[in-house]
Amino acid sequence: MTVISYRQALHDALREEMQRDADVLLIGEEIGRFEGSYKITAGMLEEFGPRRVRDTPIAEEGFTGAAIGAAMVGLRPVVEIMTINFSLLAIDQIVNHAAKIYGMFGGQARVPLVIRTPGGGGQQLGATHSQNIELYYAFVPGMKVVAPSTPADAKALMLAAIRDDDPVLVLENLALYNTTGEVPDVVEPAEIGRAAVVRTGSDITVIGYSRMAVIAREAAEVLAREGIDVEVIDLRSLRPLDRVTIVTSVKKTSCAVVLEDDWLTYGIGAEIAATISDGAFDWLDAPVRRVAMAEVPMPYAKSLEMAALPSLADAIGAIRATLDARARRA
Amino acid sequence: MIDILMPRLSDTMTEGTIAAWHKKPGDPVKAGEILVEVETDKALMEQEAYDAGTLVEILVAEGEQVEIGTPIARLDDGIDHAVGTEGPTPPAAAEAARAPARNAPDTTPRRVFTTPLVRRMAREKQIDLSTVTGTGPGGRIVRADLAAAIVSPANAPEEDAPVHLHAPAVAPTPPTEGAEDDRAPRRIPFDSIRHAVASRLTETATIPTFTVTVSADVGALVDLRQHINTANADTGVKVSMNDLVVRAAATALRAHPGVNASYEPAGRGATLLHDRVHIGIAVASPAGLVVPVIRDADRASVTTIADAARDLVTRATERRLDARDMSGGTFTVSNLGMFGVDHFTAIINPPQGAILAVGGVREELALIDGEPTSRRMMSVTLTSDHRIIDGAGAARYLATLVQLLENPLRVLS
Repeated sequence: MTVISYRQALHDALREEMQRDADVLLIGEEIGRFEGSYKITAGMLEEFGPRRVRDTPIAEEGFTGAAIGAAMVGLRPVVEIMTINFSLLAIDQIVNHAAKIYGMFGGQARVPLVIRTPGGGGQQLGATHSQNIELYYAFVPGMKVVAPSTPADAKALMLAAIRDDDPVLVLENLALYNTTGEVPDVVEPAEIGRAAVVRTGSDITVIGYSRMAVIAREAAEVLAREGIDVEVIDLRSLRPLDRVTIVTSVKKTSCAVVLEDDWLTYGIGAEIAATISDGAFDWLDAPVRRVAMAEVPMPYAKSLEMAALPSLADAIGAIRATLDARARRA
Repeated sequence: MIDILMPRLSDTMTEGTIAAWHKKPGDPVKAGEILVEVETDKALMEQEAYDAGTLVEILVAEGEQVEIGTPIARLDDGIDHAVGTEGPTPPAAAEAARAPARNAPDTTPRRVFTTPLVRRMAREKQIDLSTVTGTGPGGRIVRADLAAAIVSPANAPEEDAPVHLHAPAVAPTPPTEGAEDDRAPRRIPFDSIRHAVASRLTETATIPTFTVTVSADVGALVDLRQHINTANADTGVKVSMNDLVVRAAATALRAHPGVNASYEPAGRGATLLHDRVHIGIAVASPAGLVVPVIRDADRASVTTIADAARDLVTRATERRLDARDMSGGTFTVSNLGMFGVDHFTAIINPPQGAILAVGGVREELALIDGEPTSRRMMSVTLTSDHRIIDGAGAARYLATLVQLLENPLRVLS
């Protein structure tokens, strides 16, 4: 067991897979010579050479399409899209090709493609570079979308994504790259589609993924000091969605708060709330509450950006409000 | 515009619960069409529309209980019924005209807001949510509020426990705020049937009664029942001991009209002697204790009584008895023989003058002409309203009944 950063865990996963399987290759903007905008691919070009670590022009649709073709003929490309915002330039390749080729052409070709891309705001990158639009891909049948919140999960889910025979989008997060955590010396690939109950509790279920799973754990620790026992679920996978774990937990606690970094309306939290309504309606003692980003294009000013993003205080406030809604007041 | 009122569907009905609306606002309604199903203290009944028109508004939602005479819906029949106005009524005046009724205390329908969890727990633990005060947002009933109703939810069994039909009629005194009640009670609010049973029986506390018990040798009656059922094996008709007892009790009443009577308090008081014999049979249905009535039981054959009783019991089980099935009884037979009870006393079903409590058939040894002999005996106990029936009258009635039970062909004839 070693304590390493989220960034290091992703790097280690890529490197181990490159060493293990000669069909794995990396492709993207500035990933070779520059070692990646966020240095996940540091040292890769030197170790594995330009055939397996491909720098590309600024042409997301082109290199994503090339990777899909490579996957169809048997390679296992890992595409880096510098941030999820730029995936919009490749969305036709992802949604109309990667996600559909296997089903649309009678299973003649699989598409074992990985798209690595970070989301997240809070870096003063402006409205077009600070979005959380993983929902666009989690919406599409044929895609898998995973969203690790810890270094250990980052490694385990990356290994799983590379070994999966379907296109998987691995959602990284700018704010998590420097966070650290314990990672086992030998990491097995995670099961994609399985959420984790990362803290058991009896009073309320708090559900998050990526950065908001971290916030959920922090909120649980704060509230534990007041004797409030929060159960935290880290979704880890947005598609497939582990509805069973969510419903099982809410049946125990009878109320839930969903934390998400994206916009509220039509968001992941809405899907979770619907899942709870379908599966645990008769166990609910309070309405499901969602905490999400303000419904604005992300402001550039630091103070406004922080105000727009959901915070630890927002999460704690929503948890208290939900518990108040089911408390018998004197 | 017509206000449709909660109808009075039985003698004892004081309030009714809307079980189901067959029409919704905006639906056209024809006179005679089924408009609503009403649950009374004893039965579920369909109520027809008296007038044609359009259902404008439902004032009492399904599941809510209101007193008789309370407006439950409004029907637009195209006529302005506003009192004291001529010509078209201004909307404000119409609103004011109906405002008093709608603002009257305890009759205004009010939705009880609860969480889904609370509704499920209330279903499982048979808690009447109208008795629970909600402390959640906007008065919503939340799980914590049920703690008061079920006292110790942590100790309550997870699975549904049977309803205690024989629980004391008086609810336990709730513990004072903050104090632990070490009897660990679980409070089960009355449903409408239990409520009716409790209030009817409370009335009887003022009735002076006495009981007389006799035993009959029913060996021949048991054999006769066997013969009837064997003979009817192909028709499927089965006669029970109770059917024979009902028939015998009715025949004996014909001979003793003073027992087939009711007390009337008006004026100096009076005895009402009933010329017809309608026997109520007490049925412990899953919905609660009900007493459907077999009409003219003295003139019905035993197989007719058996058919009628079976039909009534089936419908009682399904809560499909209507008030007519349960009204007009002149005498009641209550039988606990099937539970192995030897004898017991029953409580009068007012305004009837008497009730017969029937025990089971038991074998016993008797010394007859110096010889020990095995007999099959049945004990019956008559509880009588002493204001109209005297001890001698009760004893004479029972003597006739014993004669009938011991000479069962007379029961059939």
